[in-house]
Amino acid sequence: MKPQSVSSVGVNAKALRKDEQRERLLLFGLSFPALLIVLLVIVVPVGWLFWLSLFNDAGALSTYNYSRMLESKSYLRIFKTTFNVSFLTTLICVLIGYPLAYFLSQISRRWAALGLIAVLLPFWTSLLVRTYAWLVVLQRKGLVNQWGIELGWWETPLRLVHNLNGTLIGMAHIMLPFLVLPLYGSMRSIDFDYIKAAANLGANPTKAFWYVFFPLSLPGLLAGMTVVFVLCLGFFVTPAVLGGGKVIMVSMKIETLIDLFFNFGTASALGVVLLVLTLGVLFIAHKLVSLDKVLGSGDGV
Amino acid sequence: MGQEKALPIKIQGVTKTYGSVYALNDVDLDIHSGEFLTLLGPSGSGKTTLLMVLAGFNRPDCGSVRFGEREIIRMPPHKRDVGMVFQNYALFPHMDVAANIGFPLKLRGLAKEQIRPRVDEALATVQLEGYGARGVDQLSGGQKQRVALARAIVFNPRILLMDEPLSALDKKLRERMQIELRHLHEKLGMTTVYVTHDQREALTMSDRIAVINEGRLMQLDKPRAIYDQPANAFVANFIGESTLLPVEQNGGVPSFGGVALKLAQGNADGELLLLRPERLIFLDDDDKAEFNRFTGVVREVVYQGESFLVYITLAGGHEVAVRSVSQRHSIAAAPDVGDQVSLGLHRDETVLIEGSTEGGMD
Repeated sequence: MKPQSVSSVGVNAKALRKDEQRERLLLFGLSFPALLIVLLVIVVPVGWLFWLSLFNDAGALSTYNYSRMLESKSYLRIFKTTFNVSFLTTLICVLIGYPLAYFLSQISRRWAALGLIAVLLPFWTSLLVRTYAWLVVLQRKGLVNQWGIELGWWETPLRLVHNLNGTLIGMAHIMLPFLVLPLYGSMRSIDFDYIKAAANLGANPTKAFWYVFFPLSLPGLLAGMTVVFVLCLGFFVTPAVLGGGKVIMVSMKIETLIDLFFNFGTASALGVVLLVLTLGVLFIAHKLVSLDKVLGSGDGV
Repeated sequence: MGQEKALPIKIQGVTKTYGSVYALNDVDLDIHSGEFLTLLGPSGSGKTTLLMVLAGFNRPDCGSVRFGEREIIRMPPHKRDVGMVFQNYALFPHMDVAANIGFPLKLRGLAKEQIRPRVDEALATVQLEGYGARGVDQLSGGQKQRVALARAIVFNPRILLMDEPLSALDKKLRERMQIELRHLHEKLGMTTVYVTHDQREALTMSDRIAVINEGRLMQLDKPRAIYDQPANAFVANFIGESTLLPVEQNGGVPSFGGVALKLAQGNADGELLLLRPERLIFLDDDDKAEFNRFTGVVREVVYQGESFLVYITLAGGHEVAVRSVSQRHSIAAAPDVGDQVSLGLHRDETVLIEGSTEGGMD
């Protein structure tokens, strides 16, 4: 049937249409402050950043800041390090976080809530405090090395900090909740009847896990991995403190460029490239699972 | 297959408690090889718990369950080799229809070439030829139900368990599926244990019905016997509509309202008289010596389409209902509110039940 424009002439049609328009306007009015803030603190600065990156040291319009990044090996190395560290941190978070989320999803909701609070607890201390705490724990004469040597597990102090090891330990610790929360949510939403059905059809617990539970938990896992990876790409404090200058990520390079060399053009170009790469990662993740899931932390939370 | 198509199930002394509540209370139940047995009871009666004990998803406190000669009470679910249809179907959302149905065969180590023809065969059995490549979320409720059934029978289990499989379907489809499931059972011949809270479904489909309440087996019998000769007040009330009236026992002669009851068999034991609305008829003054007669006043007449109910307050103050089929004659003859009427119950349909009137109102 063809839709006919009957509704526009009926009784009260005009008034009803007006009501609808007013509601729509009200809804827009409610979101307006948020939209304004987004415009002022994100769109404008990023645009300005991009604008700055188009000028060379002499103040002339040029693509020098970008071409330099492609030519100079040191910049490529920084990007490589950034992706490397982000990838390894994500991997460590998966290895620790998946079993943790699985465990939490299998116990009663009350105990799981306690477990989740424990996972979230670190959020209530400042990032800087947590990072320096790791420095104290991991350093040459820190807690770990003292105990390890006294217990006779190793003889010379292990190099746990001021290098890649320390960076990864600290970053994984800080990023873990970002993986566990969406993953836990998606695991909770897996109906236990699926596992029962798998068992009934002849799957032992291992097979039921790999054939049924794991595939069903993948959207949550990918969501968590994406969040962790993207946050790692722009991470500054923890790698700066625990890397001891040996692990240089893009954000740290930007800081030196501005603080030491006052080179806003190159710093901006780095920022723009990092932003584009981050959006690229999000885009790929979106192709794998829907973006609401990536950004909306799974189903259940 | 060379082996038997079905196995008998022997349940002995199965008890399951949650705190001080009995979910199952010393249940004994023999299920014959190849029969369609329904576990019928209200929600919370323990019927699903018993099914889950059979499937291996619920560990009872004590008892024995044997499939054939084999004790399986401690056997994990994946080794039990029973088919099961879940209430919500539990079709794996990340697999298409063919992969769902082929899953039990894959787990049994069959090669792809062997799996495909059997999946096709199972799809044909449930009348879904050509649906193999569909995604699970592209199916209607009835189709999901059929796929779940195909998945449960594709590996030729000798026992099939079904947990309220039709409860999510609309009434028309549900009634059609009841007949289909019944035919399928006749064709495949596996021992089938079916859980439902719908008495009509149980009466329609079953060889025998086990009525369960508060973790106990209340009655185990063929559908007609369950309906016509309920063993106790609970079964009488739960299955069909009924009113139970207290009977006086004077030296082995049961009477109601001072009048001795005419009974078919010598079975005069019991303290309650079972009155079902469709078994009562309106009597003229003269006829029917083989009927027990009750008199009362019409309180309300309710028209329900295919039939109508007349609520009557008996002389002793008890309330009963009479159901008549809506036909030209019966509607014309229907009494009005306030009319004095005579009701008759045939002596062959006059049934006494042990127990008290407690819970006897419908």
